[in-house]
Amino acid sequence: MTTTTDLVSYEDALASYDPVMGLEVHVELGTKTKMFCGCSTELGAEPNSQTCPVCLGMPGALPVVNATGVESAVRIGLALNCSIAEWCRFARKNYFYPDMPKNFQTSQYDEPIAFDGYLDVQLEDGETFRVEIERAHMEEDTGKSTHVGGATGRIHGASHSLLDYNRAGIPLIEIVTKPIVGAGERAPEVAKAYVRELREVIRALGVSEARMEMGQMRCDVNLSLMPKGAEKFGTRSETKNVNSLRSVERAARFEIMRHAAVLSSGGTIIQETRHFHEDTGSTTSGRVKEEAEDYRYFPEPDLVPVAPAREWVEEIRAALPELPLVRRTRLLADWGISATEMQAILNAGALDPIVATIEAGADAASARKWWMGELARSANESGTSLDELAITPQQVARVTELVTKGDLNDKLARQVIEGVLAGEGTPDEVVDKRGLKVVSDDSALGTAVDEAIAGNPGIADKIRGGKVAAAGALVGAVMKATRGQADAARVKELILERLGVSES
Amino acid sequence: MPGITREEVAHLARLARLELKPEELDHFAGQLDDIIGAVARVSEVADQDVPPTSHPLPLTNVMRADEVRPSLTPEQALSGAPAQEQQRFKVPQILGEE
Repeated sequence: MTTTTDLVSYEDALASYDPVMGLEVHVELGTKTKMFCGCSTELGAEPNSQTCPVCLGMPGALPVVNATGVESAVRIGLALNCSIAEWCRFARKNYFYPDMPKNFQTSQYDEPIAFDGYLDVQLEDGETFRVEIERAHMEEDTGKSTHVGGATGRIHGASHSLLDYNRAGIPLIEIVTKPIVGAGERAPEVAKAYVRELREVIRALGVSEARMEMGQMRCDVNLSLMPKGAEKFGTRSETKNVNSLRSVERAARFEIMRHAAVLSSGGTIIQETRHFHEDTGSTTSGRVKEEAEDYRYFPEPDLVPVAPAREWVEEIRAALPELPLVRRTRLLADWGISATEMQAILNAGALDPIVATIEAGADAASARKWWMGELARSANESGTSLDELAITPQQVARVTELVTKGDLNDKLARQVIEGVLAGEGTPDEVVDKRGLKVVSDDSALGTAVDEAIAGNPGIADKIRGGKVAAAGALVGAVMKATRGQADAARVKELILERLGVSES
Repeated sequence: MPGITREEVAHLARLARLELKPEELDHFAGQLDDIIGAVARVSEVADQDVPPTSHPLPLTNVMRADEVRPSLTPEQALSGAPAQEQQRFKVPQILGEE
């Protein structure tokens, strides 16, 4: 599509309008089987090898709901501070599209399993914003379409489509917010922070890995503008399948600028779905909404109602793990760091590795230092995430232990980490192979110290004259001569001893 | 008494991807109106105290454990497909929708 979209600047848009957002997030559960049949959900299987009469919609096949799917839904609902329905049903969402061979998606309509909750999210500067949750309901994923013959592999111009139903029927939880108002210019940031916090919650619950790049978590961004001070919401657009945190923010931002341009020139917003384009950060028109919205929902007659017993719900509530925001607040206090530092750790994806390193025996400051320093740099250079680095938290803890014991100094420790990352083995193996060890043996250091003093007579004189601080230059010379392997503290002692001055 | 209009029947036909001639629309509108009228009589006897029924058996919480069961082979799955390609169901170009 080559049509250009009129935009006004973000600042101008916000000067005249208040954005209202609604976020719909789909989470693919990490269950072993599909929502209504026993087919495997394993990724990477060959096409149509994980289907059965139920998920292919064969006549007479009867679905039975996955108990773990229901439990996961309740866990998510409780973690989002929702009420859990005492009785709820599934519904058929009818539509014609080949991604569902049944010609309907089994979903929930007016009886969601969880409703009326909230999630507190933290913005980059540490400010907290409460996002109200309308509902979380159970449904199933669709099959995967491949459009053949179109110039870009997209649906436009395709001659036909190919369907793989392995994904059809995988459990989904759809989480819908209430309208998010009052975020103003920070609306895109709130959207991103919400999706990120939700992802953390989902992961902490262990119900899904929620990897957006793998489509395990997808976000639809509904957005409208109303004139500043107005109370009636404007017409919304729905940007579908925004699949990264950054894209959520960009999509909201783009739509604010686009809506403002339409409205301020006297136009009206069409209620439609829009597609987000990762490369340009823009959205283009999809289908007009009202045409497609007549899904003729009705209660699914092949499934009996789900009625979570109150005792069971309370058991699940009692067994919920510590939720991410609570955990972060606790760690922030434990470690004595600022909100900004914690945010940097989160942005780097370093929280879990740091915690695991501390659990493996390292002190908190060292664990933070290595993950946020050397390792973050290395991950950045290789374009990977911290958890993909070829070093485990246990190995980082071992390196810090060697430093604490005095076997390594920081410079040597960096080389050990470099070696582990390069696949040379465990920290101890790298130490052996590379012969990395702090030299604190006086006889081995003595020569280097004497040479440093002899080579820098001016500095030596200053030290003799009482300028102890000048010793740093001589220590540096010794470190250089020993290729960083000398025990710096011992070197300093030896220098002062030789020059007949004392530290204090 | 709820009824159904000719326009509503045309709308339903479109949603159901059925192509109906004008005389068929008239015909079905009358028939559907009769059916809806008959079904609507339920609400005459079912008062607020009668919960809506979507299943004939008074069951709740029928669930299965999250254990993998054998699937069909791809050949079996595709055996009824009118067309296939690359071990996938082949369907006509989908127009005007995404």
